[in-house]
Amino acid sequence: MTEATADLAPHGASTRKTGQYVYAAAVFLLCAWVLVPLYFLLINTLSSPEAVNSFPKSFVPAFDMGSLTFFAQFEGMLVALKNSVVVAVLTMVMSITIGAPAGYALSRFEFPGKELFRLLILLTRAFPLPLLALPLAVLFIRTGLDDTAFGLALVHTTLAIPFAVLITFSLFSGIPVELEEAAWTLGCTRFTAFTKVILPLILPGITASAIFAFVISWNEVFAAAVLTIENRTLTAFLLQTLGEAPLHLKFAGGFILVVPALIFIFAVRKYLFAMWGIANR
Amino acid sequence: MAEIQIKNVAKNFGEYQALHDINLTIADQEFMVLLGASGCGKSTLLRIIAGLETATSGEVWIGGRRVDHLPPKDRGISMVFQNYAVFPHLTVFENIGFGLRMQKLPDDEVTRRVERTATLMHIEQLLKRYSGELSGGQRQRVAVARALAMEPDVILMDEPLSNLDALLRMEMRAELKGVLAESKTTAIYVTHDQVEAMSMADRISVMHQGRIVQAASPIEVYRNPAAEFVAGFIGNPPMNFLPAKSTGNGQWSVAGQSIAGPANTDQPLKFAVRPEDLTLGDSGLTAVAKVVEPLGAHLLVTCEVEGIMFRAVLESDLQVHVGDKLRLAPQPDRVRWFDPRTTLAVA
Repeated sequence: MTEATADLAPHGASTRKTGQYVYAAAVFLLCAWVLVPLYFLLINTLSSPEAVNSFPKSFVPAFDMGSLTFFAQFEGMLVALKNSVVVAVLTMVMSITIGAPAGYALSRFEFPGKELFRLLILLTRAFPLPLLALPLAVLFIRTGLDDTAFGLALVHTTLAIPFAVLITFSLFSGIPVELEEAAWTLGCTRFTAFTKVILPLILPGITASAIFAFVISWNEVFAAAVLTIENRTLTAFLLQTLGEAPLHLKFAGGFILVVPALIFIFAVRKYLFAMWGIANR
Repeated sequence: MAEIQIKNVAKNFGEYQALHDINLTIADQEFMVLLGASGCGKSTLLRIIAGLETATSGEVWIGGRRVDHLPPKDRGISMVFQNYAVFPHLTVFENIGFGLRMQKLPDDEVTRRVERTATLMHIEQLLKRYSGELSGGQRQRVAVARALAMEPDVILMDEPLSNLDALLRMEMRAELKGVLAESKTTAIYVTHDQVEAMSMADRISVMHQGRIVQAASPIEVYRNPAAEFVAGFIGNPPMNFLPAKSTGNGQWSVAGQSIAGPANTDQPLKFAVRPEDLTLGDSGLTAVAKVVEPLGAHLLVTCEVEGIMFRAVLESDLQVHVGDKLRLAPQPDRVRWFDPRTTLAVA
């Protein structure tokens, strides 16, 4: 079919070929845009501190653990890493326990103001965090939540909930109501129908949504920097020490930050597509 | 014993009234078909009986017990859905056994009943598979087996065959009828397919705009439609209608012909006759053939009688051409009359 058209219209074929080159080049550029900095991050992290600070730089990783060892031994760094994990896990748990029921309700029940509610959920992302950070800091100091992992996780949960709700909403909507109804006629209550039929079907999606919440919290820096002083998360800690820290420490810190986020996002990419209603099967 | 009684059931969806004052009694072990076009309320009625929908008013009784306040699981029903609703995360075995496991029956009892119903539905070789590995027809069989394994008093079916292709549908129709007759359960079957309804039902309830227009045996619904809607809905092609004027003494003028009819009124009526109850001859209604369709078993002729469309099913070896003037004589005992103001049948 394509060969026949090529014979009949060589001009059209060459135009198409040029188009393909342009397309390939664009894809290449976009990939390079994302991957080249990551690559530099990688090789610098895996080089010795001396190599990182010298010039010219090598383009192949030396697999020297010097920088990472220095990073691990840097005062406060491991505590910050631990704080990051604690806050992210708390965020993950809270945003799913609050977000998943909301997603279920949105997909299964009709209620007045449903559309408005969906819009409002998204609007929580419309206020820039710097705007909220100061009043939040004041409030947190008054209630004693300042400088605690739980307090920060609350803020991160607020950031993560819109995504948790939207992802779970689309997951629940993808499960036919008849499956639940069939379970009811077969002896289930609303609750057992949920645990026996809906939950097993939705678990991978819930996991994805939880991981996404984890990444949001993991990557968040502004609220973390404003609301914590002693118990800094890794992002806030790195931001604080960025000015005076040696170059190899920055690279190692950046690497530690980027890797979990990248791995997790890659693992759950299918469900992130689902959130926007793009079929990906 | 599971007689079903529906008493004064009405259902509103906001402003829209989906069901108006439904009263219906379904005898124990009866096969009742709810037949109607989409949007007539037949599925809503079924879902109210199942407990998946709540009636705005009225009562539902199953086996002498009022159930309209009970959740579906406590009503002694099981249901087959149009899209089968086979659980994708369970094997066929666990699907069929799902309800039995919920009842906490011992393992050997579950196995016994699953295997028995699977054999009944000819899916015993599929028990280890998942829903994704089954064809539409096989999923349908799993759904029916799952409902039967519960050994319910009442089995409810919502257009169970409408997602199957024509040949499979015909096969499943006969099989389902046999299986259900054997299981001795009361069955309510919702469909928009009149052939399905005619072939399977003990009794058909024809529904229209949220009301039951007629509930009677298939042949009664076909021969003596209680209303113009039923006459026009049942039968393919449907009944023919022509306006009729009284000429006194039970004689009526239909398209210029005098035909005997009801003597108790002189208001204008509608004359009605089925296309297959017409014979080609030298007397009768004068018609002009517009379309001639040789369908093999018979000849379908669409004609005009005084500008009104009129169909006749004639013998297949007759020679009829477009433009021919035909005389179509209705069989006197098959002619029906309807009052155009009430749309109901007039004796």
